[in-house]
Amino acid sequence: MVKAQADMTQRMLRYGIYLFLGLMALIYLMPFWVMLLTSLKDVEEIRSGTLLSLPGSLDLSAWDKAWNSACTGTTCEGIGPYFMNSFKIVIPAVAISTLLGALNGYVLSMWRFRGSEVLFGLLLVGCFIPFQVILLPMVRTLSVFGMANSTSGLISVHVIYGVAFTTLFFRNFYIGIPKELISAAKLDGAGFFFIFRRILLPLSTPIIVVSVIWQFTQIWNDFLFGVVFSGVDTQPVTVALNNLVNTSFGGKQYNVDMAAALIAAMPTLLVYIVAGKYFVRGLTAGAVKG
Amino acid sequence: MNKQSVALPQPEVKRGGFGWLTDTLARALPKLVLAPTVVATIVCIYGYIGWTALLSFTNSRILPVWKFNGTVQYEKLFENDRWLVSLENLVLFGGLFILVCLAIGIFMAILLDQKIRGEGVIRAIYLYPMAISFIVTGTAWKWLLNPGLGLEKMVQDWGFAGFSFDWLVNPDMVVYCLVIAAVWQSSGFVMALFLAGLRGVDQEMVKAAQLDGASLPMIYRRIILPSLKPVFFSAFVILSHIAIKSFDLVAALTGGGPGYSSDLPANFMYTHAFTRGQMGLGAASAMVMLGGVLAILVPYLYSELRGKKNG
Repeated sequence: MVKAQADMTQRMLRYGIYLFLGLMALIYLMPFWVMLLTSLKDVEEIRSGTLLSLPGSLDLSAWDKAWNSACTGTTCEGIGPYFMNSFKIVIPAVAISTLLGALNGYVLSMWRFRGSEVLFGLLLVGCFIPFQVILLPMVRTLSVFGMANSTSGLISVHVIYGVAFTTLFFRNFYIGIPKELISAAKLDGAGFFFIFRRILLPLSTPIIVVSVIWQFTQIWNDFLFGVVFSGVDTQPVTVALNNLVNTSFGGKQYNVDMAAALIAAMPTLLVYIVAGKYFVRGLTAGAVKG
Repeated sequence: MNKQSVALPQPEVKRGGFGWLTDTLARALPKLVLAPTVVATIVCIYGYIGWTALLSFTNSRILPVWKFNGTVQYEKLFENDRWLVSLENLVLFGGLFILVCLAIGIFMAILLDQKIRGEGVIRAIYLYPMAISFIVTGTAWKWLLNPGLGLEKMVQDWGFAGFSFDWLVNPDMVVYCLVIAAVWQSSGFVMALFLAGLRGVDQEMVKAAQLDGASLPMIYRRIILPSLKPVFFSAFVILSHIAIKSFDLVAALTGGGPGYSSDLPANFMYTHAFTRGQMGLGAASAMVMLGGVLAILVPYLYSELRGKKNG
């Protein structure tokens, strides 16, 4: 009798947990769902309905406008060109910072020298400084080198301040690889780059994925560097989105705002859906040091 | 060890001139590979911090002026009402953001750790906002929280005509809007951290306690939560770091308004250094921000390093 009652409360408790977790999931999904609904409505439907009311018909004109013709500050070409700008910044910056991070991590784990740990420590601090403290000198430096407001300038900035993270990823990964593998190769007379290319790189796929995803998300989502270092033609999509939302040109078009926001969020969301496992690993790698 | 190597000089291998050169090169290669990063770090992090520090002691406006006038900018900074408001906002926003994220994160992690069916899907849903930029988050919540057509209207249309939710345009409440949006974005991440921590708890200890007749809440309070201390610490450091650096969320969600009631230090710095031509003042505010980060970071790194030596 008592046992049956205990079972009963146990079961109620479990239902309660499921109910709560489900409710929380709905709350987390709600903003995304509302954005999607709003982007499919016309302005009249937005005024008359509520956030969660369904659109009368599948109207994609807001998406078209957000991509092709919405005003982002002084120009009215939509966020399409800026979406492309982001790719022009992200792809080289991710490639360079990941390669550099792999090489640095290789040196800091397999070819340690006196003082290399101190250098690693100095590098790590780079992960934590508030970037406000380097903005003003960086603006001056970029203009001295003729890279002010340019895509190459933005790429350099992202590489310089991203390489600390990629180095951390690769160093912590390579430290887990048995040293004997490397010393044997060294005894056989294999050189620095030979060992890297033939032994370590083939083992590195998981950490390369983590590094690429982390850097891609960070750089795609960056706003601070974009707004400080980019010019009118080189703005990344986050800056353009912010301009679009805050351009008060006639009435507010929430449907266009939401479509533009979804477009800007799409690449990183896709990465998350396709490779979420690695995404989480990258996020936690910085926190729970392995 | 050193003495020995002095006593027994290494036998030197004599080779031709070029052999010596390639040997040195091969030995220097790791350092050469590391060099660009080291140089960039020393110049672009440490050098620039020094540069900004120097700027903060000058009266620079739109262009740098290298005439030092002591700590005038810092005095001006702490007499500036806008700066004081931004500091107050940071304490309120940061404090609430960290507390709520930790509370939600750990609570949901514990619930998710009860062998839940569909855990993977639920976890993915809690975590997806972390993939989105703060600009997108700000844009979305600006729409949800807008008093005319957003959540307020929805609840009113559900039949609660008197419902009012105008925090976004209320200078006293607008900071809480930042907290809501930031918690939505980051709490799933904290949950993932704690879930990973929970999975690492020593199950033997838990079983032993169960055999001793300890109840589940007791086990959590006495055994599991204390062993998650390092996770608490990491989460705290990461969250406070996010809070201090928050710039994009304010830019997208409130624009610092109404007035400057929702400004954070990062926004103060940007506005004064780049749009108002107050370079010296902006540099001073950046240095204060750095000081704040270091005040949290140094004890963290110190305990990490000490922990490693003991372990």
